[in-house]
Amino acid sequence: MGETKKAMSSPPLSPPAQPTTSPAPAPPPLGPGGFLRWMWRQLTSMRIALILLFCLAVAAIPGSVLPQRGIDPVLVNAWISDAPTWGPVLDRLGFFDVYAAPWFAAIYLLLFISVIGCVLPRTMHHIRALRTNPPPAPRRLTRMKEYRQFQLATSADEVLGNVEAQLRSRRWRVSRGGDLEQGWVAAEKGYARETGNLVFHAALIVLLIAVSYGSLFGWRGNVIVREGGGFSNTLTQYDAWGAGRMVSPDALDPFSITLTDFQVEFDRDSTQRGSPLLFEADVIVAPEPGEPTFTDVIRVNEPLSLGGAKVFLVGHGYAPQVIIRDADGRVVYDDNTIVLPQDGNQTSTGVMKAPDALPQLGFQALFLPTAAVDAVRGPHSTFPDTDDPAMFISAWIGDLGLDDGIPQSVYRLETDAMTQIGLRAIRPGEVWQLPDGVGSVEFGEIQRWASFQIAHDPGKEPALIAAGAALVGLMLSLFVKRRRVWIRATTGVDGDTVVEVAALARHDETDLTDDVDAAVAAAEGRDR
Amino acid sequence: MNSATLAEWSNAAVYASMVTLTFSLIAFAINFSARGQRGVARQSASVSVSAGGAGVTPADEERRTIPADDLRGRRAGNIGLALAWLAFGLLLMGATLRGIWAGRVPWGNMYEYSLSSGVAILGVYLVWSLRRDLRWLGLPIVGATLLTLGLAVTVLYTEAAQLVPALKSWWLVIHVSAAAICGGAFTFAASTAGLYLWRDRAERKDRVRGAVANLPAAAKLDLLTYRVLAFAFPLWTFAVIAGAIWAENAWGRYWGWDPKETWAFITWVIYAGYLHARSTAGWRGRRAAYIAILGWAAFLINYFGVNLFVNSLHSYAGV
Ligand code: HEM
Repeated sequence: MGETKKAMSSPPLSPPAQPTTSPAPAPPPLGPGGFLRWMWRQLTSMRIALILLFCLAVAAIPGSVLPQRGIDPVLVNAWISDAPTWGPVLDRLGFFDVYAAPWFAAIYLLLFISVIGCVLPRTMHHIRALRTNPPPAPRRLTRMKEYRQFQLATSADEVLGNVEAQLRSRRWRVSRGGDLEQGWVAAEKGYARETGNLVFHAALIVLLIAVSYGSLFGWRGNVIVREGGGFSNTLTQYDAWGAGRMVSPDALDPFSITLTDFQVEFDRDSTQRGSPLLFEADVIVAPEPGEPTFTDVIRVNEPLSLGGAKVFLVGHGYAPQVIIRDADGRVVYDDNTIVLPQDGNQTSTGVMKAPDALPQLGFQALFLPTAAVDAVRGPHSTFPDTDDPAMFISAWIGDLGLDDGIPQSVYRLETDAMTQIGLRAIRPGEVWQLPDGVGSVEFGEIQRWASFQIAHDPGKEPALIAAGAALVGLMLSLFVKRRRVWIRATTGVDGDTVVEVAALARHDETDLTDDVDAAVAAAEGRDR
Repeated sequence: MNSATLAEWSNAAVYASMVTLTFSLIAFAINFSARGQRGVARQSASVSVSAGGAGVTPADEERRTIPADDLRGRRAGNIGLALAWLAFGLLLMGATLRGIWAGRVPWGNMYEYSLSSGVAILGVYLVWSLRRDLRWLGLPIVGATLLTLGLAVTVLYTEAAQLVPALKSWWLVIHVSAAAICGGAFTFAASTAGLYLWRDRAERKDRVRGAVANLPAAAKLDLLTYRVLAFAFPLWTFAVIAGAIWAENAWGRYWGWDPKETWAFITWVIYAGYLHARSTAGWRGRRAAYIAILGWAAFLINYFGVNLFVNSLHSYAGV
């Protein structure tokens, strides 16, 4: 095998760094320069790339097991308070935000430095290889993976001429040498393999850049809109907002959207009873203030595109109308109150605050679109549609705490300075007279709300292009075979020509019989 | 045909397929354990080559040199393969009827997805076996399919239901069918990698006797594992990209490190590691084979673990 190996490692069949045959790592040389060079060679070696790949795979695991801040912050907090010793430690180490943790970034950045260190020299080398002709045939062809020898009556020159013409027409790179007595043709094919491999690795780098670009310049917001209501694309209108470091909130596109109607339909008769069959939001869109509006329908897999942003339908719920009157019968609260679903059957909770009543009134509501009560679960909903709606209301009187200047959530009642005065279930159209004549609560009609996510990610198109390029490069790299053939023609003592055909591939798995058959046919002057 | 009978026919086809597979498994087991059949076959082939020109075809030679015990083994392999084709047809029918019944592609829940996985595992194996003799691989492949279907009908069975709106997309069809085919190929490659490890050890200790002698040479098994994974890796890459496009359409982000996405990524990275290992000194051979098996384990964790135990946006197991 000795000579075969040597033939294989002669350019241009193999990369310069010889990653495929690199021996065990040598100890670091002395001196700072030597040490740095040694470090760099280590970092860009195949072995380290492999180890870093495994580190990346292992480092990604905890993020799939532990709850993650980016996905479910509430669950993260619950987890930490359930594990008072380990929770804070894991939190400090970034285990609840694995994919933004420094150690995770360190692994992929090292990997990408390694890729660059690997791809750059290989690219230079490959460009050179694309410009040079295949090197002459080695002296002993018998040791190649494929070898055949036969005699022909045609002259050596004619044999080689035939071979050269044939192989060139089959798009091999060909070089020819020798003299009339003994000549050779060397040919090589499959350069696209290395090209594809380089494109693949380079595309991965571009992909990483595109993803980072998207997270720096992208933003996303969530907003809940009631039927008949709307919102405009300004920071203050969003219930939740997150943006990359380079985003200026003043420069958002000034579109606005009105939700005219929201339709849902639920599965009623299979085992997956209650799972949604249809979500559909009918909207009126104003791309810019003063511009003509248009109508559109947003469905779950069909977002609305507006400039650089996309509007996705991500959730829905109910907004029962609640009218609250004070002791004098004056209306102090009249609103379609947004209640937030707590389970798949839309058991929902919400809060009403009437600061203008004297004394102030506050209410916690449990809204059930299809009400049921049992001993274990208490009041809950058994189906997500409004088949039998009811609301369980807990009434409080006292100080709502709104005047302290501390911002309060609209979904939470601060009951520290309040006393509970009653609890009752009411149905649409019913009025509950509160005890001691402090007022009343009326349950009006029920509306739906839809929640939207509005996202702008300028990195996603480049990311998609990079991913596509990586895929194409990968397929070239895996399916194209790089191989060489050599044909030597020697004029024998009897005047016949002795023809030797040999072939070698860079990868053991390559099947070379076809190529050798083709070369033999070409030497014989046949068209195969 | 009304819808209830469609469902019954689908179930009947699945059960019939499982019964057929059981017989196929027995046949392959007999084939697998038949003594020295391959060693003899190869010997006879080399004899006929060296005696080339004597007018004896390799087939004649084989028939003469193979003892009755081994002939039985070969016949059992042929029967196993034929039964596997039959079971494949039945299973395909079962999955299709289920799809017609539900009025959509048959992978709305884990039961249906498992049927499709069974089709994919058998399909990859059978299509590949058209190109070369793979009777020796029948035992693990049919075993894996039976296990998948067994889990499907016992643990995962669900009545057909509609797809939740997030699952209604053409990208789903593309994404899931690519992933299912990859699952078949990964199972195939893990089997050949495992058999490679076994055969390789026997070859090193120079003890190639008994059932292990029926296997192809270790180098061939290694090559076959590589070929299958070289086909599956780009397909998996594509499946992940298609999944990202679908996620972008449904949830407004193409990648969110959801557990399912994370494990798809881990699987991808491990198989990239496999391809690297095959061209890294000291990592070829046994270590590469272990990595191939590890990749399959990651795929299984994604398929069973994440669907059943982890709260994920993708958890649509329906069980
Ligand atoms: C992000 C990390 C990386 C990934 C996902 C990755 C993935 C891949 C894949 C899938 C292949 C298979 C293609 C083929 O066999 O032709 C491959 C080949 C290759 N990779 Fe990487 N790679 C990464 C990093 C690196 C690094 C850091 C180096 C340099 C040390 C490197 C050097 C190579 C070489 C030389 C090949 C060709 C091997 C051959 O043709 O046998 N890769 N890579």
